[in-house]
Amino acid sequence: MQRAQADGAYEMWKEVLRRADVQWIHDEVKASGLRGRGGANFPTAIKWESLPDNGLPRHLVINGDEGEPSTFKDRVLLEGDPHALVEGVCIEAYRIGSHRAFIYLRGEFALGADRVQQAINEARAAGFVGTNILGSGFDLEIVVHRGAGAYICGEESALIESLEGKRGMPRIKPPLPIHVGLYSQPTVVNNVETVCTITHILKMGGAEYAKLGVNRSTGTRLAAISGHVKQPGVYELEFGMTLRDIIFGIAGGIRDDKQLKFFLPGGASFQWLINSDEHLDQVYDIDDISAKLGTTLGSGAIMVYDQDTDPLLVAWRLAKFYAHESCGKCTPCREGSGWIEKVLYRMSHGLGRPNDMDALLDISAGISPDVMKAPFTQTTICPLGPSPVSAVASLQKWFRAEVEAACGTEAQA
Amino acid sequence: MINVTIDGKTVEANPGDLLIKVAQENGVYIPRFCWHDRMKPVGMCRMCLVEVEGIRGLPPACTMPVAEGMVCHTETPAVKQAQDDVLEFLLVNHPLDCPVCDRGGECPLQDTTLAFGPGESRFVEEKRHFEKPIPISDVVLLDRERCIQCARCTRFADEIAGDPLISFVDRGGHTQVLNHPDHPFASYFSGNVVQICPVGALTAKPYRFRARPWDLATVETSCGQCAVQCRGALQSSSNRLVRLLGVDSDAVNHGWLCDKGRYGFEYVHSDARVREPQLDGKTVSWPQALDAAADALRSARDLHGAESIAFLGGARGTNEDAYAIARLAKGVIGTDNVDSQLGDGLPAELILGVNRAAIADLDTAAAIVLLAPDLKEALPVLHLRLRRAALECNVPIIDFSSVPHGLTREVTHALAPLPGEQGKRAEQLVGALNGNAADAIVAAAAATIAGRSGNIVVVLGRSNLAERSDATVQAAAALAGLANVKFLSALRRGNVHGALEAGLAPGILPGRVTIEHRDAVQQVWRTAPEVPGLDAEGILRGAIDGTIKTLVLVGADPIADFPDRALAIEALNAVGTIIALDGFGNASNQRAKVMLPVTMFGEKSGTTTNLEGRMQRVNQKVSPEGIAMDDWRIASEIALRLGDDFDLELVDEITAEMIKVSPALAGATPALLASSHDGVRIPVREHATEIKVRKNNAGLLDGEGAVSWEPIKADVEAVDVELATHESADESADESAGEAGAAVIDSGETPSADKATITAPTAEASATVAPTAASVLLTWNRIAPSVSLPGRDAYAVRLVSGPALYDHGNAVNASASIVGLRGPSKLLVSAADLQRLGVTNGTEVHVASAKGAFNIAVHAARGITQGVAQLAMGGERGANALIDVGSSATDVRVETIQ
Ligand SMILES: Cc1cc2nc3c(=O)[nH]c(=O)nc-3n(C[C@H](O)[C@H](O)[C@H](O)COP(=O)(O)O)c2cc1C
Ligand code: SF4
Ligand code: SF4
Ligand code: FES
Repeated sequence: MQRAQADGAYEMWKEVLRRADVQWIHDEVKASGLRGRGGANFPTAIKWESLPDNGLPRHLVINGDEGEPSTFKDRVLLEGDPHALVEGVCIEAYRIGSHRAFIYLRGEFALGADRVQQAINEARAAGFVGTNILGSGFDLEIVVHRGAGAYICGEESALIESLEGKRGMPRIKPPLPIHVGLYSQPTVVNNVETVCTITHILKMGGAEYAKLGVNRSTGTRLAAISGHVKQPGVYELEFGMTLRDIIFGIAGGIRDDKQLKFFLPGGASFQWLINSDEHLDQVYDIDDISAKLGTTLGSGAIMVYDQDTDPLLVAWRLAKFYAHESCGKCTPCREGSGWIEKVLYRMSHGLGRPNDMDALLDISAGISPDVMKAPFTQTTICPLGPSPVSAVASLQKWFRAEVEAACGTEAQA
Repeated sequence: MINVTIDGKTVEANPGDLLIKVAQENGVYIPRFCWHDRMKPVGMCRMCLVEVEGIRGLPPACTMPVAEGMVCHTETPAVKQAQDDVLEFLLVNHPLDCPVCDRGGECPLQDTTLAFGPGESRFVEEKRHFEKPIPISDVVLLDRERCIQCARCTRFADEIAGDPLISFVDRGGHTQVLNHPDHPFASYFSGNVVQICPVGALTAKPYRFRARPWDLATVETSCGQCAVQCRGALQSSSNRLVRLLGVDSDAVNHGWLCDKGRYGFEYVHSDARVREPQLDGKTVSWPQALDAAADALRSARDLHGAESIAFLGGARGTNEDAYAIARLAKGVIGTDNVDSQLGDGLPAELILGVNRAAIADLDTAAAIVLLAPDLKEALPVLHLRLRRAALECNVPIIDFSSVPHGLTREVTHALAPLPGEQGKRAEQLVGALNGNAADAIVAAAAATIAGRSGNIVVVLGRSNLAERSDATVQAAAALAGLANVKFLSALRRGNVHGALEAGLAPGILPGRVTIEHRDAVQQVWRTAPEVPGLDAEGILRGAIDGTIKTLVLVGADPIADFPDRALAIEALNAVGTIIALDGFGNASNQRAKVMLPVTMFGEKSGTTTNLEGRMQRVNQKVSPEGIAMDDWRIASEIALRLGDDFDLELVDEITAEMIKVSPALAGATPALLASSHDGVRIPVREHATEIKVRKNNAGLLDGEGAVSWEPIKADVEAVDVELATHESADESADESAGEAGAAVIDSGETPSADKATITAPTAEASATVAPTAASVLLTWNRIAPSVSLPGRDAYAVRLVSGPALYDHGNAVNASASIVGLRGPSKLLVSAADLQRLGVTNGTEVHVASAKGAFNIAVHAARGITQGVAQLAMGGERGANALIDVGSSATDVRVETIQ
């Protein structure tokens, strides 16, 4: 607490209470153009505006489930600066008028959970959390909850089910959590990074923050860079850099000075890009990359693979994850992801058949009818279902020949 | 109403209705697995994907509420492709063991695949494997390989039954339904999940491998196990009953059955059935048996007068049975010592004479006042309806139970009277409604009622059989004084309401009238009683003191069912002659001089009347065991031998005669009963506007018969039914008796009833209507008995007792599949009393009352007040071995065994 306060923690919270001006918070965040950092990129201030005014208590839920392979940026915040999270929670709770906030953490985050809990305890002791905070009349309790190891509990409605003590399965939408969320009451769900950013925005001023970044991708975000790079890790990136700057500049280029083969610019769930100028010169901009290259920046993970990587093996590993993590609710996801995984296993282990790739595309179409299209369409409730389809589509787009060589007629001969 | 366009056709719909339902109601079937009309949608299976203009992708029709102007397409290439894909996905891991699957031939997965699915399989990988069927309860088995994860079963268990004992475990392709290893799916409603499972994943032990669906013959009928009388589709194969499925009746059971109803019909074919008449323990022919019975009754009447003869029972058969017995007893022999209740009910004047509620009134009530036994045990599907009213319709429940019960969690205000103080507490509630509250709890209950509009529905039964009915009657008298109050009877025995309507109670004649209004029966009957006779208790006491010399037991076993067993035993030992009409031998009829074997469930047709006064047809499916005869025919044969020819040959003729002499039934006809959906409610004229007629009179079930997994509903049409006059009732009976009537018995088909036969032909005819004025119908005088509770000694506990679902009756004893579900009797006390006794849970203790004593295991139960103990009726260690029917309370001493 002392270290954090020395760095200015809770100053903004005090300022918020002093000003007692909800609209000010709202306006600054709106001006900043902040979009959620959990993967769906939804503008945070717009979410707040959707809150119904129905007299029901409102809840704030912080999503710290971070379960996607290659995404590990929230962990750094939780473990490294828990007071920043607590302060952000206080401010956002104040903005939406919530008196009970829940921080839902991935089960494996034992250290993070301890640190966040300790930070809350300290904040309570210092009077920043609790009843009648700093004499303002505002009450806030913060509850830390650890998940039980299901990736799907990162999906906001499954997370809410899990918080309610039920099996984590996404709910049918509408209604959205913002209208009918935790305990059927209006609920704002935000990512750890999103809520931490709010404090900075208030400090800088929303307009100032919006000057960072490009277009509608304002500001900076944390990116977890992993794979065959020289300097993997979590970096704060300003939107607008090129992917080349990121991979070859910030992350130091490919390990052992090998060639880049392909990379996942938006984490495990979205389509891959390859070693081409077109792809490497693409700017890090949520909407631009989607419009031009049919992929997105997801939850801020970048996975990089060198020339020796077998894309089939990568696709199989990803499919295996999604098959394992499908909550089992939707038929196409439950059955389709398992089927894709089985086929990819064979293909990546020397047991491929000539028509396997076409079969994969066909199976994928049952989950995501337009297979190659991004953002994807889906026959399922949540986007987990189509996630393994991104890998299949990427194989088809960039590695069809290589796959055919591995399982095609040549391989059979 | 809003407009929605489905496949180019614009239709009207209620805003908010689900698209899948709106489409179906307008002739467009969208395939589905997980959606069930009686449960909340989950959108799991994705079989119902459709295109809706303006919505990206393919939304599921089962979770999509319709909105004004919505345009939906269900047959586009994209939709067809999605249907194809979903089915292929469902089949990749499906074992395809259809030849050995109970569902084969009536399987939605098979049928949907044929209609909407891919023609071939491309899956070359290894399928998912699980251990083949595992028991999840004593009756239900689960084959997880066949499961398609639709969550119908888990949702039913949780949402509808309130027994969330099964749920999904694991994820992805390993997602499976399971119970907790220590907690089997021991739900009274477990059979429903078997019915609604869209594949053969859930099977019921009693039906497994018994039949192939295409061999089954089906009739629609009502279950007779309790007074809810759930509608069911009764199926037989090779002249044996093999399955009962719930039929979806909006009015009654919403498609559900309890397990006792679903599996309990096995007793029909039990080896223990009496199949031939017996005289003095020896098998004889029917003429010999009937002659002997008639002789015994004639000589008793001639020697000791008609009042020396008493009839007990009649609540287990049809209305026609009850009516014929009533005519025999009251109209031929001339005794009014007749009671269809066995000391476990309420006065007939009260039940028949209050403003009655329908089950559906629960959903819209201002409040439900629960003054009844544990409905989960006594009237299981009524329990489901109350649960729904509370949870789905948000109707508050005000509870007068003294001990915890199946609905305790749903109760809004627990008034928690001590046993015997229900009346006092009800008076306090009425007081609070009038502005002077005795305490905060009644004040809160009164405030809840005052804050809502609608009727107060009092669910009225015997909340405690270990006390006289006086406190309940007192409570009813207080509550009946409220404005907007309606009573839903919670008497339990199968057709007890039909028996009361038919006059099987002292002082009562058929059609909800007292013996003062004899004119209606006298059109037909030779005589009718002039002074009220004895009720069950009076009859038994009469047997002991010698005034009752001959006892006719009509499916009655007082030793098992009368709350005071010692009194019943003494009476049955003392009475001179016993004549029994029964399907089974029992403790009470073992001394019978004449034993007359009767037909039972599924072996006869007629009508029955449920606890809301709803009269519906029941139908025969199999031929009777042995040479068993319908009760009504036995009554008519005996009457003939006593010189009174009923001249009734067919069941419809009895129905018609019963209607003719019953003021409350005026307007009904046998044909109307056969063609109306959900029957008619009594008094018929009062409820004429509720009558709905089936569009399709070919069979009661619409279309090809019962497709069990979907709500089984008849296609109905709201037509304005003009009720018949008595004259036209006669005519139509003749008609159906002559033509279609015979078919009822032979094929189980219902007589055809076109509108003409159910419509009063002319205004002139209406002018000649017999006096059916509502004024003759009974109204309860609301006289409250005074209740004086005996003082209690500090070492005694006061007993609360009611029936258990799996009781000691023949239906359970002789049904192999459910007899094992009956748990051991146990005495439940408060934790404080257990501690006072110094024993632990499960210890055997000695209980003793003025009437009896035995050893029994004692358990502490949460929610029981100190000084109160709970013990179910029935069996060697049942409460009826302790109860003194003469006392306003039963106090028992509980002692440790040294
Ligand atoms: C399968 C799946 C997993 C998700 N996992 C996470 C997660 O671990 N953390 C997270 O913040 N959001 C996750 N999300 C996104 C959330 O549903 C939600 O959009 C987000 O928490 C909203 O916060 P934001 O607006 O601050 O981004 C996931 C979504 C899906 C479909
Ligand atoms: S898409 Fe998959 S993970 Fe998402 S709700 Fe459906 S089954 Fe569950
Ligand atoms: S067992 Fe049957 S009802 Fe239950 S989820 Fe599986 S398929 Fe559905
Ligand atoms: S019926 Fe709509 S998703 Fe199953």
